[in-house]
Order: sequence, then C-alpha cells, then structure tokens
Amino acid sequence: MPFGLLKRAALAVLVPLTLAACSAVPERAQGELRDLSEANTEYQATLQEQLIDAKPGDVITIPTGVYALDRMITLNVDGVTIRGEGADKTILNWQNQKAGAEGLSVKANDFTLENLAIEDTTGDGLKVNGGINIVIRGVRVEWTGGYKTENGAYGLYPVQTENVLIEDSIAIGASDAGIYVGQSKNIVVRNNRAEYNVAGIEIENSVNADVYGNTAINNTGGILVFNMPNLPQRGYGTRIYDNDVNENNTENFGHEGTPVASVPAGTGIIVNSNDDVEIFGNRVADNNTANVIISSLFSAGYADDEQAENFDPYPEGIWVYNNTFSGGGESPDGLELKALKTMLFGPTGAFPDVLFDGHVDPAKMVGGKLPDALRICVSDEGVDVLNIDGPNGNEEPRVESDAYRCKLTPRKPVELALAEAAGS
Amino acid sequence: MRSGLAVLSAGMLTLLGALAGCSGDAAEQPAQLPMIAANYIAEGNPETLREWGQVQLSGGALVLSDDVVPYDLNTPLFTDYAHKLRTIWMPEGSSVNYRTGEVLDFPLGTVITKTFYYPLKDGGDESQVLRDSSSEFFQGGKLPLGNVRLIETRVLVLRDAGWEAIPYRWNEEQTEASLNRIGGIIPLSLVNEDGEAAAFDYVMPNVNECASCHASDSNSKAIWPIGPKARHLNRHFAYDDGTQNQLTHLSDVGFLKGAPDDLSAAPKNALWGDLDASLNSRARAYLDINCSHCHSPIGPADTSGLSLLPDASGAALGKCKVPIAAGAGTGNRRWGIHPGHPDQSILIYRMESDEADKMMPEIGRSTVHEEGVALLTDWVKSMEGDCG
Repeated sequence: MPFGLLKRAALAVLVPLTLAACSAVPERAQGELRDLSEANTEYQATLQEQLIDAKPGDVITIPTGVYALDRMITLNVDGVTIRGEGADKTILNWQNQKAGAEGLSVKANDFTLENLAIEDTTGDGLKVNGGINIVIRGVRVEWTGGYKTENGAYGLYPVQTENVLIEDSIAIGASDAGIYVGQSKNIVVRNNRAEYNVAGIEIENSVNADVYGNTAINNTGGILVFNMPNLPQRGYGTRIYDNDVNENNTENFGHEGTPVASVPAGTGIIVNSNDDVEIFGNRVADNNTANVIISSLFSAGYADDEQAENFDPYPEGIWVYNNTFSGGGESPDGLELKALKTMLFGPTGAFPDVLFDGHVDPAKMVGGKLPDALRICVSDEGVDVLNIDGPNGNEEPRVESDAYRCKLTPRKPVELALAEAAGS
Repeated sequence: MRSGLAVLSAGMLTLLGALAGCSGDAAEQPAQLPMIAANYIAEGNPETLREWGQVQLSGGALVLSDDVVPYDLNTPLFTDYAHKLRTIWMPEGSSVNYRTGEVLDFPLGTVITKTFYYPLKDGGDESQVLRDSSSEFFQGGKLPLGNVRLIETRVLVLRDAGWEAIPYRWNEEQTEASLNRIGGIIPLSLVNEDGEAAAFDYVMPNVNECASCHASDSNSKAIWPIGPKARHLNRHFAYDDGTQNQLTHLSDVGFLKGAPDDLSAAPKNALWGDLDASLNSRARAYLDINCSHCHSPIGPADTSGLSLLPDASGAALGKCKVPIAAGAGTGNRRWGIHPGHPDQSILIYRMESDEADKMMPEIGRSTVHEEGVALLTDWVKSMEGDCG
C-alpha cells in the first residue's frame, strides 16, 4: 500500500532517542500492524476505574507505553482531561477489542483529550456524544494495518456537542471519516492531518465551523461539508480556508449505504446539501475527479427517498474564492463521470476545478433567478465551473463559469474561547 | 478463567468427596450467614450484595427478604439468553404514584435489583449454560441454586442525588457477590437443546456502561430504571401465594398508589413470544424494551434520527430512512427498514450481527437473539410500501 512513507519514517526516527530509557514504543512503519506482543494488558482496568472515580478538574495522565485494551473505555464525568505523553508515545490499541462500539466513549462537558494515540478500534476511535467545551489536541487515531473497509468508521467523532476544538491531530485509515463533527455548534478544526480515510475531515449537520490549516491528503474525499435528512439539526455556516487538500484519490473503501460511500474517489472539497459555506485561500491540487464538488443529496444516490420531501437538499450560499488550484479532474471516478469527462474534454483533458451537479430549488427562484444570498459563487476569473446538469440526467452538461462570477457576504469567524485560549 | 470445581479440586481435595455427585450445591458449604433485612444504604458502595439485604443466599437458594417484591416485564431486554430475577423494595411507608408512559417516579431509598443467571447443562461444568428461555427457575419465592449459575446482580438505588447503579459479580463458588465497578468478561458456552455448545463472552458492564442504557435522556444524563413502566409491568406473576397482576400486587402490598382498578385500561406491552398477540404489537414491544432507551427523540441515539418508541412511525421509525453514522453497521444496506424486505433492512442486519462495530444494541449482548431476529424479520416482511 503506497502510504506516505517518507513523512512517517522521519517521525519514527525521532522516537527512540527520546524514549530509550524505559517503556519505549517500538518503531513501526506506517501500514504495519501494531505489534502488541509486549503491550501492557493490565492498564485498561486501572484507566477505567480512574475514569469512573474521576472528579471535575481531574487530569488523568497516561505514561508512555503501548497499552492493549479489549473493551470500550467510558467517561461520564464533566471537567476531566485525559493526557498522554505524545501521539507516538502513549499508545492505546484496541486490536483485540471484544466489546463496545467505540474505543473511548465520552458523555461529558468540559472534556479534553490530548497527546496520545487511539489505534485499531473495532468501531469508532473516540466518540463524544453530547457535551459543551470539547478539546481534542495532539491525538493520533489510526488503523495501523492500512486502509480497509473493515476498519472502524470514525476516527475523532464529536456529535451533538457545542464549542469544539480539534487541533494538531492526525487521523489515518477510517472507513468513514477520519475527523467527523456531527450535529454540533461552534467548531474549530485546525492544523490537523487526515490521510487514507474515506472522508478526511467531515462537518455534518453542524452550525458555525471553521476548518483551517489542515492537510487532507490521500483520502477518497479531502474535506466534506454535508447535510443529512431526518436529523434534529440542519447544518449551515462553514468556512474552509488555508488548507492543503491534495491527491485525495484513494479508492472509496467505505461501506455501501453510508453517506460517504457516494463520494467519488478524487474529490478535494465537497459541499453536499449544506448552506452558507465559504471556501477560500486553500491549496487544492491533483484531486482526480474534481478539486471542488458542489452537490445535492440527489447526487448522493438518494433521489428516490421519501424523506427528501421534508429536507432541503440544495446547496445554497456557497462561495469559492482565492484558492490555488492545480491539476485535478483528469481521471474521474466512476464510469459515468469518466464518460462525461472524455465527451466534454477529450481523453487527455480534465474537468474544471469546480463541479456543480446543477440542482437548484425551483421553489426559491425569483424571476427565474435565485436570490443573491442563495447563489453559488465562484468569483475568480480562470476558475471554471462545470454544471453537469443533474436534474436533466446530464443531458446538457456545460462549462458556464460566467454564471457564477459573484460574491457573497463574508462570514464572521467562529468565536470560540477555547481556540483563542490555545492560540494557534 | 477456571471453573469453580477446578479450583476446588486443585486446592481443596478434602472437599472433593462432599462435592462429588452433586451438581452445584456449593452454596451449602459455608456456614449459614445471618439474614439481613432489606435496607436503604444512603451512600457509598457496599462491598457485598448481601449488605443490601434485598436478595441473599439461604438454604441453597437465592431468597428475597421480607417486603422485597419480584417482578417480570412483559417483553424483556435480551441479554445473551440470561435469565433475570428482578426485585423491587421501598423503605417502610414509602410508595410510588401510578402513571402511564414514563418510568414510575419512585421515592427516595427505592432499591431495584436484577440478578442474571443461567441454568447449567446437566453433567457439564460451570461454563456450560443452557439456552433455555422457557423454564421458570424462580419458584415459591426463591431461586434454588441446584443447577443454576449466578453471574451478576445489578443494584439500582435512588439516593439524594438521583439513581445510582452498583454492580456485583458472583464468585465461582456461588457463595458471595462482590462489588465490581469495572465490569469484566466471563467466557461461557451456550448449549442449545440439541446439546450443541457455542462459546461466547458474557460481558459484565462497568458502572459507566450502566449509564449507556440507563441515562436515557441525553441532556440530563441522569440514570433511571428502564423496566418499571406501567406498560412493561402490566402482566401476571406467579407469587409464592398465587398468581396476580403485578400492578395489583404492588398496590396490595402498599408500594403503588393510584393504579386503575380496571387494568384493562392501563397500557400493556405484548409478550414478544405470545402468538395470540399481533405481530406488530410483539415487534413493537421488542423494539421498545431493547432499543428505545437510546433510540428516542431525547436518547443518546437521537444522533441517528431513529426512534423505536411505541409511538414512532414513518422515517423516524426507520422506514426508508438512510443511515447517518452507522459505518459498518449498514451491512451495505441503504435503509433502516425497507418494508417487505428484511434482507435489505439495516435494522435486521444489526440484530443479526454479534460484532461490536455492527451490532445493535451496542452493548449488553455478545450473541444473536435468533428468536428476536425471526420476530422482527417477520414484522418487516409484513410491511407494505416501497422505498422507490
């Protein structure tokens, strides 16, 4: 498996120097399953008991070492910090997990997890279900045997949370999303690295998110902003800026039936059915289907579902500007897109940087046009937009960049005290 | 883990003669401890179950103290085919007011216990437990231990700050249940009626995992009992002095006030195995007790948008509903319930799985409830409509 060996090898060299004294974590090349033969199997009982007895304000530290766990670990107490000694030093590994749908399951406010690794969980790595003020910092979540459909679904997974900071973390190998923030409010996801996940970073049904300074590489799709039907909260208001979103061309290894299974391999940034999304100042390169896709749930294979009737599937108020695009669009995923690309741009040509599926809500049209605030704007000359005419079965796909030369009102930055306190 | 008999034969040879030929009468060995009256312990985590005085060993049986009332639920939660002895007790003079819908709002000091146990295979060791849901082992007000293995007893107590869950694990000698807050994995073997054995890990939850089910309001995160709702309790029970409706009995002993005289007016879930009840009522009763403590509009699984409460319908109930964060749990299927097509319904797939990342419920079982799957399969098959 062609993992990003160079970068990881460089990290691995540093580890033995600092750990030579005791409980060293053996070197491991990326894609090599974690060896647990020397792992500590006793510690999970200690850790679980500490978490049961924790009091608000407690900091629970986990020393350097490789710990094998076979059950989900749970925390229900507010105000607790769990801290390791580094994402390549304190290793919690669930390769032999017997019970629990997550590795670490948290239902608590004022929770901080930092400087450790969560590896090889059967299901999700970390799930934080409900809670205000959640910080995830310097955490690596990884399926060490490489990307596989059998890997757990989500790496870092706060859901129905408010005030969320995820920074300086790494997610590798999730069969759904590496970093996934669902149904949450006030979110900052910054300076993380996501690779070899189906979705690198995903913001779903969430309100007010800033996603910046991240690297999304070698995923199926780099950064996703989605809305799904039948959920208590509709999402809107995400800014994606100053990210590196490159070569997200890994085959889609997600489970059929999941929303991300519909994401074409080779997708840089995709907005699906979400509104008020600003995409600017990113470096987006060499994503083989398209550097940016703007689409509705209709294109995610759900056109025939009855719940679409009481759900707004249209992406509206999307603004793409000041990004640096290069490469991409040369080799789209799937027969239909491949055929479309060849028909429009020839065997050696490429899709333009922005692909729009063309679904526009007829009910919101005023005089044949969408109100300005609901438009899709791609404001930079030279950045072309292909409308693939989804509503008419792709009958009249067309590059119509001029129709998108507009600007929207810039969104305000997310105000998150946790992020300001931490600096950047 | 070694079986109790193996431990004894290795270390206590002199006892072997006493044990030979009997099958699990180990409880008769220790001197009879004095009985403790049922009591409310307002704080702390007592080290042994016995201190609560709710259920304790006496004369080779697990017996209930005075004023402790056993009960069953119409359709119970499935827990790896374990049998369950449920009890309830309230401090003297206390009672609870009847209400429909929600869990009864019990008074301070209420203690509920649930003891998980299995009948043992004749001639087998203590790890070989029977997959036998039909037999009644609790009779005449006690649970004889002759051919039964006690696994754990979970205590729910209502204290000043709210309900607390305190789990106890029975030792292999079956002489004592000790506090165990971090849970454990107990390897067992489930023997079916043809004598075929299938190994599985019985997972005893830790204190936090108790909240995974019992904190059924994801906002308050407070722990509540799940079973003692009118619709689950409204059924008959064979008490040692005769069979009676449980709501009537609880009223007669003074624990329950205000229950309707005519219980046909009270809500009543179906018994999932009662073929006289409609398929729909049995399936909905099953989903109610197995799923709805999480899958409700306020439960921790409201993140999925799926509600399995008795009043849910349409997409909220899963009909033609796409999954949100099911991951491997989709089984490559597109809808929660595809009417008429159990083999295309995620709900059935997740019931059929015993893998941690795919199965539902997420905790509380390691085996597949085949009879439950069959019931829900028939139910989905009977549904009309199409997802297009």
